[in-house]
Amino acid sequence: MRRIDVGAIREDFPILSTRMNGKPLAYLDNAATSQKPRQVISAISEYYGRYNANIHRGIYKIAEEATEKYIESKSKLARMINAGSSREIIYTRNATESINLVALSWGEANIRRGDHILITEMEHHSNMVPWMVLARRKGAVLDYVRLGKDYNLEMGSLEKELSKNPKIMAFTHASNVLGTVNDARSITTKAHKAGALVLVDGAQSAPHMGVDVRGIGCDLFALSGHKMLGPTGIGALYGKEELLERMEPLLTGGDMIRSVTYESFEWNELPWKFEAGTPNIAGGIALGTAVDYINKVGIGRIRAHEESLTSYAIERMGRIKGVKIFGASDHDANGRAGIVSFAVDGIHPHDVSQIFDGEGIAIRAGHHCAMPLVTQLIKEPALSRMSFYLYNTEEEVDRAVAAIDKVKRTFKL
Amino acid sequence: MDMYAEEIISHYEYPHNKGRMERPSASFHDNNPLCGDDMTIYLKISGQKISEAMFDGSGCAISMASASMLTDEVKGKSLAEVGEMDARSIISMLGIDPGPARLKCATLSLRTLKEALLSYRKMPADGSVREL
Ligand SMILES: Cc1ncc(COP(=O)(O)O)c(C=O)c1O
Repeated sequence: MRRIDVGAIREDFPILSTRMNGKPLAYLDNAATSQKPRQVISAISEYYGRYNANIHRGIYKIAEEATEKYIESKSKLARMINAGSSREIIYTRNATESINLVALSWGEANIRRGDHILITEMEHHSNMVPWMVLARRKGAVLDYVRLGKDYNLEMGSLEKELSKNPKIMAFTHASNVLGTVNDARSITTKAHKAGALVLVDGAQSAPHMGVDVRGIGCDLFALSGHKMLGPTGIGALYGKEELLERMEPLLTGGDMIRSVTYESFEWNELPWKFEAGTPNIAGGIALGTAVDYINKVGIGRIRAHEESLTSYAIERMGRIKGVKIFGASDHDANGRAGIVSFAVDGIHPHDVSQIFDGEGIAIRAGHHCAMPLVTQLIKEPALSRMSFYLYNTEEEVDRAVAAIDKVKRTFKL
Repeated sequence: MDMYAEEIISHYEYPHNKGRMERPSASFHDNNPLCGDDMTIYLKISGQKISEAMFDGSGCAISMASASMLTDEVKGKSLAEVGEMDARSIISMLGIDPGPARLKCATLSLRTLKEALLSYRKMPADGSVREL
């Protein structure tokens, strides 16, 4: 596989030639949100500057163009994750909204008192709290697949929880804290055998690795546009067509109905049934451009680049005394996403990231919206996290390593 | 922009007044779940004055140094004087500007101390605590 041309890619991201605190910006917080290439930024201003019009209802040139580009972006995303068609792609604000849509719509209709709902101990709050709330409202039971060695899913626990025949199982494809990549296909197969509907949280996988929703076989898949070079405010929910046909929309009003009389109404066809009111048109169109960009570079090559950066980072950081790295040892079957969470002995992660900031390096410190995982299982008050994307370099990793030295010097360790 | 001035680091490494106080007149426990900072303030009060102040907890250098300095600072002060303290008092005490992202870490000690005083007077939290 030809390696990606990081130098040329970096040219496309205006922010990467800026400085932070007087130093060239090293952006290592991609799990929180990615940077945007100028193509995506231009797609937004081009829409507003040249063909801004509401979609669906205009019989004039620019309204047709806006409608076409918006729909086309769904086809692009559908192809990228191998959905059956763009009818299976519902635009939302983000992965969080996608998951909530399922919990509130499907969950409301299908979960009853005493039913089991299954998630895992490594979930982001976005794939945990909506199920907690649903379980509480319905008197259902929320179960967790436990984590074992290296905080990987424990297969024995999975079997045990599935034997309770949960109505739905929701799990993350890739962990935003540990970098663990779960075998979504095999888990989905097992969950289906137990009679569960399956939702995969793809917020950390879709941007970084080839995703094949039909190959995985999952019923639902959630992602966020802003983590995959797209703008904020646009995300997607993939759902199997026959399932989405049976689900009730959450919001109702304009655009999501086919017809209304004073007495009655009829839902619009998919995917519009779930998109009430004027959607984020610019965001949808720009997400299509982000998908084009990823395709142009090649998702397989992006993954290879991140894998090599991640191994490099783990190997260099692993040699520093007093630094502990959390998560899967990187050479197991599914590898590790480009995420390295770490702790520096005796120093609070906020102090670590503050000193990184002074060096122009953006990393994240905190519980990474996975508070139970960080505080109850890993038992740290917070963690520092570096996360990579296609434009990151080994030199940036070297700078991070040097910054850890600076942290230790500052605190006289 | 040197947040980690010698004095901050030194208070962090060798905190003053750290530990649990036996039979305090007032105490309060607070935390900042966002960062995982955890703070308890203990006070001995006599004649409307703070005679002793201690803290216990864990967190970042800014929150710990601030608690160490604050517990020094309030000893001997009247409750009214402490009531007047606000975020600006903390910034001038620390001698650094923690910036918007770290202000909560810097003021956690004062917030907890004020809560302790309110519980001592059996009063509910008021605006001066909430805005810290
Ligand atoms: C695994 C995972 N799921 C869900 C989310 C939620 O994404 P968003 O905040 O874009 O809805 C994130 C974002 O950090 C994530 O990492």
